[in-house]
Amino acid sequence: MHLRFRFNKSGKVRFTSHRDVARIWERVLRRAGLPLAYSEGFSPRPRLSFGLALSTGYESDAEYLDARLREPIDFHDLPERLSALLPVGMDVTGVVEIPSSADSLQQAVTSCRWEVDVIGVDEQIAAEAVARALAATEIVVTRERKGKQVTDDLRPGVLALDVLEPTESGCRLAAELGTQPRALRPAELLNALEPRLEALVVRRTHQWITAGDERCEPLAIAPSPATSNIEVS
Amino acid sequence: MQAPSHAPHKVAWLFTYPDTYEIGLPNQGLQILYEIVNERDDAVAERSYAPWTDLEAELRQRDMPLFSVDTHRPARAFDILAFNLSAELTYTNLLNCIDLAGVPIRSAERRADDPIIAVGGHCTYNPEPIADFVDIVALGDGEELVGDITEVVRDWKASGRTDGSRENLLRELAQIPGVYCPSLYDVSYDGEFLAEVTPRYPDVPAVVEKRTVADLAEWPYPKNQLVPLTEVVHDRLNVEVFRGCTRGCRFCQAGMITRPVRERPADQVRTMIQNGLERTGYDEVSLTSLSTADYSDVQRVVEETIDDPANCGQVSVALPSLRVDAFTVNVAAKIKSARRTGLTFAPEAGTWRMRQVINKLIREEDLYGAVESAYSQGWRRMKLYFLTGLPTETDEDTAGIAELARNCVKIGKQYNKSASVTVSVGGYVPKPFTPFQWFGQNTVDELHRKIGLLRDETRRAKGVQMKWHDPKATLIEGIMSRGDRRLGPVIEEVWRKGGVFQEWSEHFAYDLWIDTMAKHGLSVDWYVHRHRTEPEVLPWDHLSAGLHKDFLWQDWRDALAEVGLPDCRWTPCYDCGACTGYGIEHIVASATPPAGGSQGTGQDLTGGASVPVTLSPRPSVGSLT
Ligand code: SF4
Repeated sequence: MHLRFRFNKSGKVRFTSHRDVARIWERVLRRAGLPLAYSEGFSPRPRLSFGLALSTGYESDAEYLDARLREPIDFHDLPERLSALLPVGMDVTGVVEIPSSADSLQQAVTSCRWEVDVIGVDEQIAAEAVARALAATEIVVTRERKGKQVTDDLRPGVLALDVLEPTESGCRLAAELGTQPRALRPAELLNALEPRLEALVVRRTHQWITAGDERCEPLAIAPSPATSNIEVS
Repeated sequence: MQAPSHAPHKVAWLFTYPDTYEIGLPNQGLQILYEIVNERDDAVAERSYAPWTDLEAELRQRDMPLFSVDTHRPARAFDILAFNLSAELTYTNLLNCIDLAGVPIRSAERRADDPIIAVGGHCTYNPEPIADFVDIVALGDGEELVGDITEVVRDWKASGRTDGSRENLLRELAQIPGVYCPSLYDVSYDGEFLAEVTPRYPDVPAVVEKRTVADLAEWPYPKNQLVPLTEVVHDRLNVEVFRGCTRGCRFCQAGMITRPVRERPADQVRTMIQNGLERTGYDEVSLTSLSTADYSDVQRVVEETIDDPANCGQVSVALPSLRVDAFTVNVAAKIKSARRTGLTFAPEAGTWRMRQVINKLIREEDLYGAVESAYSQGWRRMKLYFLTGLPTETDEDTAGIAELARNCVKIGKQYNKSASVTVSVGGYVPKPFTPFQWFGQNTVDELHRKIGLLRDETRRAKGVQMKWHDPKATLIEGIMSRGDRRLGPVIEEVWRKGGVFQEWSEHFAYDLWIDTMAKHGLSVDWYVHRHRTEPEVLPWDHLSAGLHKDFLWQDWRDALAEVGLPDCRWTPCYDCGACTGYGIEHIVASATPPAGGSQGTGQDLTGGASVPVTLSPRPSVGSLT
C-alpha cells in the first residue's frame, strides 16, 4: 500500500534541515507502528520519498511524503496520531492512498507557490522590483557550479509574482516559481531582483502539478482558517 | 516533552556540556542526572551546551547570556550550573560558559546570589588545574550525589542565601561523601613540587572518596532518552549494560576509576531496550559499557533484541567496544541487519611484550582469529586502534603495529579482494589513578618520529590505511591530565585570548598554550615528560577513586616487569581497594569466566590463586626511555 501524507512545518522546527525532517519522519512512523516496507541490500532503509527539499529556515503549508507499506492499513485517524508524535510546528494535514504507479513527487510537481515577507524596503520599492521582473524578457544570473561559472536565466521559472500586502516591517510578496528542470528558490530570485530585498519569513503555500490547462495539488486539503504561528513551549 | 517547571522552593540545575550540542546531547551521564533531578519534587533540571563561536559572537554582541535549551532561561537563573568534563581540552570552554552565564569565573569572587559551579565526569579525578574556577567537584557515580547535593542547596535557598553564607554552604556540601570543594583546601609547595593539600576546616575530609552506586538495577536511567531533531553523534538508543571494568588495562583510566563491575540484569536491559525503541522510534540500540562483549548475557540480549516480534521494522544492535576474539565476532554477526561496513578492534599495542606491559592480554592468534572470522562472515573493513608512546615502548613494538595490520589484510584478502584495514594511532597520555600515573609522557617529537616510522612501514602495504591523532593535542591534554593548581592562570589566559573549542583542530591553539606556559614560568617538561617517583605527592592524592596507591605502584612495577594481571572478576582479588574499601563487590551474572577465558584469550584461569602476581622490582623508573 502506498500512502501520501501532507504536512506543514512552521515555527522553531523550520530550522531543521531536509535530512533532519526525513529522520524525524522515520522515527515517528516507527513509533506509530506503521508496517513500513524496507529497501533490500546491505543497509535496508524504510521506503519513504519526500518531494522537493524545503530550504532550512523556510516554513511550509504544503510538504509531502510518500511511504510504502508492507500491508494495507486503516489510515483515517493517522493525521491525528502522527501529529501528536511529530515535534511542535509539524502537523499532518491529510493522507490518501496513491496508486503504486504514481509518479514520484519530484517528477510530478511542476511549480511551487511561495509567500515571502521581506524587510528593509517599503511596498513601493518592492512593487517596482516586481514590475521590472515581470517586464523583463530574461533575468540572467551567474553562479558557481562545481568550480565553474555558469549563467542561468531565471525568468522562465517566474510564473507569477505579486506584492500581496504591507507588513509591519516591510511587505509580503507572493510568487509561483517553476521546479522543472531545476527548482527556482525564492532567495535566488530576490537576490537577482533587488539586493535590498531581505527575506524574513519564507513560506511554501502550495506545490502544483500542471498538465496542460489542468492543475492540481499532490494532495488537496480543504483550506484551513489562517494558519497560526503560535508555539507552545 | 514536558517543559520543566520551576518554583521558588525548587533547586534548579542547569546541566551543561562544554562542547557543541551535537557532541554533548548524547552524553548519557547528563541525561541520567537530568531525568533523576526532574523526577524530584524539590528540584528541576534543564540543559545547555557550549555555543559555537558564531553564536557566541551574536550573544556577546547583543549582551545575551548563556541560556537553557529547554525553556531559554538565562543560566544565572539556575542555582547550580553542573558541567560534565570528559575531556581536558574542554576546560577553556568551561570558563567560557561560566563567563557567558554572567558568573565570575573565579570561585573566590562569587557572591551568595551567584549559581554554584559544579563539575563531574572522568576528568574530575584530577580537577586541580580548574580548582580555582569550580565550587564543587562530584567524584564518581552521580545518581545518588545529585539528590544529596539538592537537599543541602534546597535548605540553603530556604534559609535565604544570605551574604557570606556561601562558604558555609560549601562546608556543608563537603560533608557529602563524593563532594570535593577545592576552595576549602590549602595547597603548599616545596620548590616546584607539591608539598601538601590540607583542609582548612576540621570537618572537611582530608581525603575525598568517590561515590559508587552499588547496584545498577536500582537506576534504570535514562527511561526517556532525549531524541534530538537534528543529527548528533551516537544518534541511537543507548542502554548501559554494565559499569566498571576489571580487565585491568593499565593505560585505561575509565577502567580503573569505575571499578567494581556492576552488571544490569538482562531482563532490565531488555525492558529498557523495548521501551526505549518504542518511545524514541530509533532503529538502532547501542549496548554501552567499557567492554560489552564481557557482559554475561550479551548473546541473549542481542538475539532477543533483533528477533523481537514487537519491533517495528528492522532493529540493529551496536556493540561499541568489541573484544578481540572470535566469540565477539560471532555475536556481532548475529546483527544481521547487516550494517556490515566495518568492525573495530583495539589491540592497543603491536607486540605481545608491549601488551603485557599495558596488560591488554590479547595474543596475535586472538586478533587473527577475530579478523578471519569477521572477513569470512562478510565484513570487508577492519579498524584497529593502537596507542603509541607507551611505557618501555621500543621501535620494534611500534613497528609491530604495522606488522599486525599487514597480516590482517593478508587474511582478509583470502575472503575478499578489497579487504582493508585502517590503523588508528593515538599518542598515549598518562592519567591519574592508573598504574601509569608515574610515567613520563613521550614528547611531541618522539610521537612524530614513531608515527613517521609507522607511516614508512605501512606506506607500501596495500590495503592498510593509517590515521593518527595530532601529537600536539596529546601534549596539551598531558599538561592538564596530571597538572596542579598552578595551571589555573594558564587556562584562564588561553581562554581570555580566545582559545576555546580546543578539541576542534580548526580552533586548537598549540602555540598559545606553549607560550602561556612559558609566560607563567611553568615547564612543560616538568608537567608532562618527567617520570614521577614513588614518594612524590601527586596533585590528586587527596582524592580517591577507591584504588590503593600501593596497588597502583605495584601494578606499575609489574608493568615494567612485563607481568600481566588477569581480570579479577573471577580470579582472586588483588585488593586494589575498589570493592574492599567500600564493602561492595562485583555484580556479575555468572560465577565462572565465559568461554575462552576472562580476556577472551583462552588463558587458563583454573589455577585460581596461583595467578602470578609476584613483583620483580626494577632498579629505577627514571631510567626508562
Ligand atoms: S577490590 Fe579486588 S575484586 Fe574488587 S576491583 Fe579491586 S582487585 Fe578486583
